[in-house]
Amino acid sequence: MNAILFLAHTDGQGALPKSALETLTAAAEMAQATGAALHVGLFGADVASAANAVAGCGAAKFFGVADPALALPRYTSDAAAAEALCKASGAEFVLAPATSRVSRFLPGVAHRLGGAADTYCTAITVDDGKPVVTRWYYRQRMKANITREQKPWLVTVGGGCYAAYEGAAGEAALETVSLDMPASKTEAKSIEAPSSDTQTIRPEAEMLLVAGAGWTKKQAGQSRVDEAESLILGFLDKTQASLGSSKSLVDLSGEGQAVLNFLTHLHQVGQTGATPRHPKGLATCCHGEEPHVVGWRFVNERRAINLDPGCGWAHGKADVLYVADAFEVMQEVNNLLAE
Amino acid sequence: MSYHIVVCGSIVPDPLQTLEPVTGPQGPALKNEMMLPAVLDPWAGHALYEAANLAKNVPDSKVWLVSLGPKAKLQQVMMNVAQKVPFELVVLDGPSGGFTEAEEVAAHLAKAIESIDGLDKSKLLLFGGWQSASRGTGAVMQIVGETLGIVDQFQGVDKLEPQADGSMQVKERMEGGSYLVSTLSAPPAVFGWATGTLPEPPNNPQVGMQNMRFIMPAIQKAQPAQVGAAGVEFKSVELPAQRRETRVVKDVPAADIAREIVDWIKG
Repeated sequence: MNAILFLAHTDGQGALPKSALETLTAAAEMAQATGAALHVGLFGADVASAANAVAGCGAAKFFGVADPALALPRYTSDAAAAEALCKASGAEFVLAPATSRVSRFLPGVAHRLGGAADTYCTAITVDDGKPVVTRWYYRQRMKANITREQKPWLVTVGGGCYAAYEGAAGEAALETVSLDMPASKTEAKSIEAPSSDTQTIRPEAEMLLVAGAGWTKKQAGQSRVDEAESLILGFLDKTQASLGSSKSLVDLSGEGQAVLNFLTHLHQVGQTGATPRHPKGLATCCHGEEPHVVGWRFVNERRAINLDPGCGWAHGKADVLYVADAFEVMQEVNNLLAE
Repeated sequence: MSYHIVVCGSIVPDPLQTLEPVTGPQGPALKNEMMLPAVLDPWAGHALYEAANLAKNVPDSKVWLVSLGPKAKLQQVMMNVAQKVPFELVVLDGPSGGFTEAEEVAAHLAKAIESIDGLDKSKLLLFGGWQSASRGTGAVMQIVGETLGIVDQFQGVDKLEPQADGSMQVKERMEGGSYLVSTLSAPPAVFGWATGTLPEPPNNPQVGMQNMRFIMPAIQKAQPAQVGAAGVEFKSVELPAQRRETRVVKDVPAADIAREIVDWIKG
């Protein structure tokens, strides 16, 4: 392998996102294990300060595409920038973070380069001098180790799989790569973020609280949706945990049933939702495969509160199953957290 | 402005089925793969429902569903999907499993799309899931778009709204529950859908009967598609072995459980 390119975008402040720094660790380890040269390729509105921040990573070359048009993500411009960086580097193996921005364009760029892409990989090892990547199939139900002949091989690395790079800053000898801005009918307008008091999806949180459909089910003839909302939001406020939801709960809104007002499809974990990474996870009122199997695959410590002691999906998936009424337990939890 | 909406959607094993990998003559596969009940890939389903809704609201628009999978399984799945929304089916007879290459799948899909009679590329909105529930690469739609020369692409789409001036506003998912908001001045474009905003449509037997008039002939004249994983070596394919020893706590007062949970959170 001639070289490994670490490919990443800068954020709105001109810095590298945490998942990019994690990918840089993977790239540096790969370079060391294979003896290949490490290259860094950055794109964004400004890349100089990000390059300087990782100047001590051992890269032989630093390439950068900087253009105001790259301030916001857009397929056409991002793909063109990544393609130019890959060509400038000439690397046979490219590692990039699996951010939404990179995931949008990377397979298209691999196609343009005549190579191949593998996405959301969780580990990269070396076997007989060749990279071997670990990735999941069938929504985190099966994992495979693969290697391939196609070059260049473009790989995205899932967040939380490697420690973030923490090497010394310095002054990187940045080679500027020119960008022929392609014609596009797309104009990236803005990023619409939830306001701070409605922000309940927190990827960096220590804990994930998963809410299941049981929160809205009728008990003694009536549902207690208002109380459920208050308990869940109270817990999130006190712990700054991230909120996930089972599919069945999100789907209730389309079926005209009572719903938790702050839930959207973005909260959904599982088959058609996110597979978040948090050190701890607490599932409440969940009874089903999605939160316990698919949505929890990358949650380290898992506990569940469920009225069903025989819940087949919690057994073997959760470390602790509390057989209890989540309304009562969470009220007590919130009281204790408030002390 | 009217739209020609082509939805790419494969079939996957029913999510509630237990899956087990086996090694077959072509490489990894699923045990009893042909026996497993199949469903339309969930994300492709969202794309199809959004396509149908858009076509319903924009006169003279039309929806095609291009699907690659074993004919017999596709016929089963279409018995249900056909009752949801109107579309015309284009079938490629090939494997639908996850251990195939996105590039190979995309090449066949692009060829099939090119051959659709009456498709106006200047009106083309290419829909599909932003990932699949089988291979899960999130790569096929981008490659199909690139192959067809479509460079305006969006992934993780939850909302697509036509504007009065003929443009479209698009919302794509980003990290942390945020959306990237863009405008697209005109087709063609590629949209990899997340869940969208629509519920699954109820079954409508009338729609089903209309669809089936075209679906059965489409399945009968399906073109064979050889899809594999050339150039890829699977070193191993396995189920995650981790199984937790679950401690079941019951008949314990809520206050005691709460205390244990809080200690765990703070620990």
